This record gives sequence, structure tokens and C-alpha cells, in this order.
Amino acid sequence: MLAKRIIPCLDIKDGQTVKGTNFVNLRQAGDPIELGKLYSEQGADELVYLDITASHEGRKTFTELVKRIAREINIPFTVGGGINELSDVDRLLNAGADKVSINSAALRRPELIDEIAKNFGSQVCVVAIDAKYNPLMGVEGLDWICYINGGRVPTEHQLFDWAKEANERGAGEILFTSMNHDGVKHGFADAALRKLTDSLTIPVIASGGAGAKEHFRDTFINGHSDAALAASVFHFGEIPIPELKLYLANEGVNVRL
Amino acid sequence: MKVAIVKYNAGNIGSVENAVRRLGIEPMVTDDAELIRSADRVIFPGQGEACSTMTYLKAHGLDEVIVNLKQPVLGICIGMQLLCRHSEEQDTDCLGVFDVEVKRFVPKVHEDKVPQMGWNTIEDTKSPLFKGFEKKEFVYFIHSFYVPTCDWTIASTNYIQPYSSALHKDNFYATQFHPEKSGAVGERILKNFMEL
Repeated sequence: MLAKRIIPCLDIKDGQTVKGTNFVNLRQAGDPIELGKLYSEQGADELVYLDITASHEGRKTFTELVKRIAREINIPFTVGGGINELSDVDRLLNAGADKVSINSAALRRPELIDEIAKNFGSQVCVVAIDAKYNPLMGVEGLDWICYINGGRVPTEHQLFDWAKEANERGAGEILFTSMNHDGVKHGFADAALRKLTDSLTIPVIASGGAGAKEHFRDTFINGHSDAALAASVFHFGEIPIPELKLYLANEGVNVRL
Repeated sequence: MKVAIVKYNAGNIGSVENAVRRLGIEPMVTDDAELIRSADRVIFPGQGEACSTMTYLKAHGLDEVIVNLKQPVLGICIGMQLLCRHSEEQDTDCLGVFDVEVKRFVPKVHEDKVPQMGWNTIEDTKSPLFKGFEKKEFVYFIHSFYVPTCDWTIASTNYIQPYSSALHKDNFYATQFHPEKSGAVGERILKNFMEL
């Protein structure tokens, strides 16, 4: 049986790992390669490296970093941040990334998903969606609005419609971050995740809200998530991955041990 | 030890090159027939689509080179599927080392997503390729087509139905999963291949 995946996410700025809370207040959390290797040895199933610099110079630095990651890391890894066109995808896959994650660029020009799928295969195309709902306007699971530019700019796209469109255009996976849950550590947006996983034909990665081991169990069992992504709880050693996986296995979740 | 990695129009070849380097071996990534024939080990890797890769192999004479190799050969992912007789993907005639048909996964329930992407276990392993493993190990898969279990199956995996996750016949070995992306387990499999 296919295992549920645990994915540490490393936000990269100027070659270093950082993690924000509610997308602001960045704190340093270590060397990206050393951290990636440590996670791989501890049993992480994949890694995500997000370039949050996205300046021209930063992008070159990041490409060099991707080459080093590919040389040293022996599990699959996804890279994202600042990917706007097919040439960016080509450059990062050539550097050794297994998958690329696109976000704002896909919302601005959805055809980019079709182009990536056609040229490199759906399996390399992760569509990341940052979305937020207004708690005053209704209950969770309705009225989720997609945001671009690192969660700063709202769009007219609804989460569920956009995810379905991305699926149909050839995305290989959806990485859904709930901006309401991100950094709060009260658990993932499992109601919305369940609605996504039950309507899409591709895997969904849950992101935003991990604060305890139980949150991972809940998103796999209640949210039907295929994978769960987190950053700070791993970077600061709050939840050691081996301990998390043993816990999940004991709770009846199929994980790789 | 001289290790040749067959260079052709498939993706993911650099990952295999990196993985072989991590074993302390500097591989040659080449489409040169002589270099491939003279290597101690040949790896036929890749991620891609059957028809366009077969067309490329034929156009470059690599089809004949590969099937006539005498040293241990390891096909990975599309490399394994191309070593079979025929693939349902674009109705493609393949190299025919393994006389078996490559089929498309047909989902039975909503949870059966295609491609299979992620970590699954290999079972009923019977080959020196899996030397040193005592439990059902997890390896990394990413594929939409599969090889049914057959006479040459040396490991099977269950996804939608049981199928061949590794094959062996004479000097030809093949894995549907990606040892180069399968952590310590994958590294051990590649090391075992070098020690055959």
C-alpha cells in the first residue's frame, strides 16, 4: 500500500533556511543541505525547497543550491519560488530537482500548467495554492480565496474551482496551504482538505497548521491528505520525524518506517 | 569499476549519475556503443514515455547495443518497461528482453490515483539485488504503466493489483522503482548491483 508522506519544507533566503509565522517574521533555521540530509536520514519522505528571495541574483544562487542538493540528497525533492515560465522549470529540472512547485505564475497564466505537463510530464508539476477564508463570512470549507505573491494579494479564484482546473490542466499534485492555519499550530484545514482530496484525481499535500503529532494523524485520517508538509515543528525539533512516524504507525496510518 | 549510464532522451538521468557518485564510483553518461559495451556495469535509467524513447534508441542504434550486452545491466523505471516486449503506452514495440506486456494502471476506486507516486513496499524479493533486507522495505515509485507479475519477477508490489516491481533474466535486472531516490534502501540496491 502506498504510504502517506511526511514532507519537511525549507524556505530558502540567500542560501539559508528560514521560516515565517503567518508569512512574516522570518527566523533562521539552519543550512539547507545539512538540514535536508538530516531529514532524509530521519525518514522524511520528500523535501520541498522554496526560494523566497526570487530576485535575479537570488535565483542564480538558488539554482546552484539545487545542484548541490541533487548531488547530496537521496530522496525526491521539489523546488519552488519565482518560477514564472517554462525556462525556469527547465533550468531547475536540469539542476536536478524532481518536481517544481508553481503558485502565482499559474494563477496569472493557467496555461503554464498545461505547458509543464506537456513538456516534462504531469509528475513534475506541483501546483501550490495559498488560500484564506473569512471566518466572519461563513464556516470553514466555503469561500476560500486564492492569494498570490506569497499570500499578499487576493485573487478572484476560489480554492476548489482552481484546484479542479489545475488538476484538469495536468498538475501532478496540489500543495494546499491554508493561510488561516499557517503558523498557528492548531492543526491542518482538514475540512477543506477532505473536500479537495475527495474531488480531485491527484494527490493533495496538506500544509499550514502542524503543531502536534495528532494534527498529522487527523489530516491523514479525517482530511484524507496524501502527504503533510510542515516546517518549524521539524526545524526546531519540536516534533522529531522518527517519533512522528512511529506514532502514526501506531495510530493505523500507513507510513514508511 | 567502469559503470556506463545510457544517455538518451529520457529524464532523470542526472539523478542516477549523482547516486552512483555517492557510492564512490565516477560513472560515464554516454551513448557511445563501444563505451557501453566495454563497461563492467550498465545502467539504463530514465523517466519518460515509451514511444519517443524507443524511437530515439532505434535511431541511434542503441536498441541493438542494449539487447546484446553480456555484463550486468540494470533498467530503471522507463528503462525497465523498455526492456519488455511491448507497451500499451502509444502501442509501442520495445526491446523484448523480458517477454511480457507493459500495461496501463486502471483505477478501481477513487483512492487509486494514477500515476502511482510515492513510497510503497517491495515483497517476495528473490535476488542478490535485495541482499541484506530483512523486512518489507519501502522504495520510491512514480509511474502510470506497470509490468504484470511473470516468470522473471524478483519483487512484487501491490498498487491497484500486485505487479512486478523488479525483474531478472540472465544478465538483465530491472526495477520499476527509483533506487536513486529511495534513500538508504535504494543505495543498498545499487551497491548490491555493483557487487553482483
